[in-house]
Amino acid sequence: MDQKRKDPFKKYDLTLMERLYFPAIMKGMGVTLSHFFKKPVTIQYPEQKPEVSHRWRGRHVLKRDEFGRERCVGCQMCELACPADAITIQAGEVPKERRHLHTTERYAITYEIDMLRCIYCGLCEEACPEAAIFLTPYYEFVEDSRDKLIYTKEKLTEKTGGPIFYKD
Amino acid sequence: MLKQVIDRAIAEETALDERDLYDLNLGPSHPAMHGIFENRVKLDGERIIKCEAHIGYCHRSFEKLSEHYSYNQVNTITDRMNYVSSMANNIGWVIAAEKLLGIEVPKMVQYVRVIMFEINRIIDHMICNGILGVDAGAYTGFLYFMEHREFAYRIFEKMVGARLTTNFCRVGGLDRPLYPDFKEDVLEWIKPIPAVLKEFNLLLTRNRIFIERCRDVSAISGERALEYGFSGPNLRAAGVNYDLRKNRPYSSYEDFDFEIPLGGNGDVYDRYMVRMEEMNQSLRIIEQAAKNMPEGPWHADVPEIFLPEKKDVYSNMEAMIYHFKIIMHGICPPEGEVYQAVEAPNGELGFFCVSDGGPNPYRLHFRSPCMYYYQGIEELLHNSLIADAVLTISSMNAIAGELER
Repeated sequence: MDQKRKDPFKKYDLTLMERLYFPAIMKGMGVTLSHFFKKPVTIQYPEQKPEVSHRWRGRHVLKRDEFGRERCVGCQMCELACPADAITIQAGEVPKERRHLHTTERYAITYEIDMLRCIYCGLCEEACPEAAIFLTPYYEFVEDSRDKLIYTKEKLTEKTGGPIFYKD
Repeated sequence: MLKQVIDRAIAEETALDERDLYDLNLGPSHPAMHGIFENRVKLDGERIIKCEAHIGYCHRSFEKLSEHYSYNQVNTITDRMNYVSSMANNIGWVIAAEKLLGIEVPKMVQYVRVIMFEINRIIDHMICNGILGVDAGAYTGFLYFMEHREFAYRIFEKMVGARLTTNFCRVGGLDRPLYPDFKEDVLEWIKPIPAVLKEFNLLLTRNRIFIERCRDVSAISGERALEYGFSGPNLRAAGVNYDLRKNRPYSSYEDFDFEIPLGGNGDVYDRYMVRMEEMNQSLRIIEQAAKNMPEGPWHADVPEIFLPEKKDVYSNMEAMIYHFKIIMHGICPPEGEVYQAVEAPNGELGFFCVSDGGPNPYRLHFRSPCMYYYQGIEELLHNSLIADAVLTISSMNAIAGELER
């Protein structure tokens, strides 16, 4: 290297102490030893669960309203907003005898989310005009086959209802 | 002329073949490679005589995919590019889309973006320098950095609800209002970082073993680095003062007082030192931004681009119409093209977007900094040792996900 060395960090003039390997090693050991007496920061995961924030984007849930009726009207906005094509909806007219279970005469006959395709971006939640779909802080998806991770409407829908939920 | 060139290339190749050289595939899934890089090297003993860098093992066709996505959906694929600093990519893309649409976002949004951007820069440099230590044989410092990276991810988690694939920001503002203790959390996070950096310095910076592993390894001159199209810390380590935060400020970077550290030689040690110093400067920026953060709305007042609040959507007819229009028709910018570059942690991350007036980008190109570093690797590895090759690639901070998009 014949080009003249420019050295703003003064790395080439090692002092005598730095030339000896020993002090550097002792310093490094000192740092390591000081950490030995600190409180561990790791979490023993399956036994100890980390606390996640309430904004966490995890498993989806389909809400019901105060009267226990499904909020989802099958408008397919979430399907349109989904960048991963994970949501599949078949919409249809509510039969007369089941009219009391739905808010309008349109509903989702099938509502499937492929939990393996989903990227948990939260765009479906933003797109929903009926306060129906929300992402919850649940994050543990373990099944022994891919089919079981296609969540159907029965699995996604909440059992009880309530007033409109505002996720801040 | 062409025939002469080809003849010479063939002659060189046969001359190499005649020497009894050893072929080694350094990658695509080599334990020393951080990501899916392939380097076919010809070895004479332990010395690399020739290196061929290949790409294509991690291609996910993001550019083509984004031609079918709306402008907010593209955000979800940008955070899969450089997954070490995903928010930096999100913010870069959103700024590019806002430039195309001609939106001016409120000052508070710009400050929050700057804070998140700089937190990402710090954790990206932590990973890069930590990994450099790991490759040089010092594992400990990396783990001490990981602890504080984890705390940064907790802030992300509170902010957007995800840690790695953040999907921060939307075109025209943030994705949701700030959580109440945001400022305090950020100030608390930066408090222990100087001590952590000092500790890391104790472990590595003036350690003779580390210095001797790093100095003069894969040095590159400033002119050559510019010819290759280097940017970011790798270019500044070669002594070229080029930083988009100063040269072409975006998102009100001009409000903050910070310095650009410069190296001289462009070798591994200079890159390491530039990154260490940049972390200190980022801390300064975060502190200034968090302390001077103005109050204000969390998105620009653009009802035809930014989704209305949920409260209004459920009750107000006008908001409902805007909501449906944005989701069903998408955001339609005027015809034209835009190039917006941001100083991402590992270099100039550019977004070139052509719009034909429709809801999807007509063409979108990501200028990823890693692509240009990786082209220089063939020259940098020429005549170096295998052990140095590993250090070179990790000091470049090349991320496979961004290299090939």
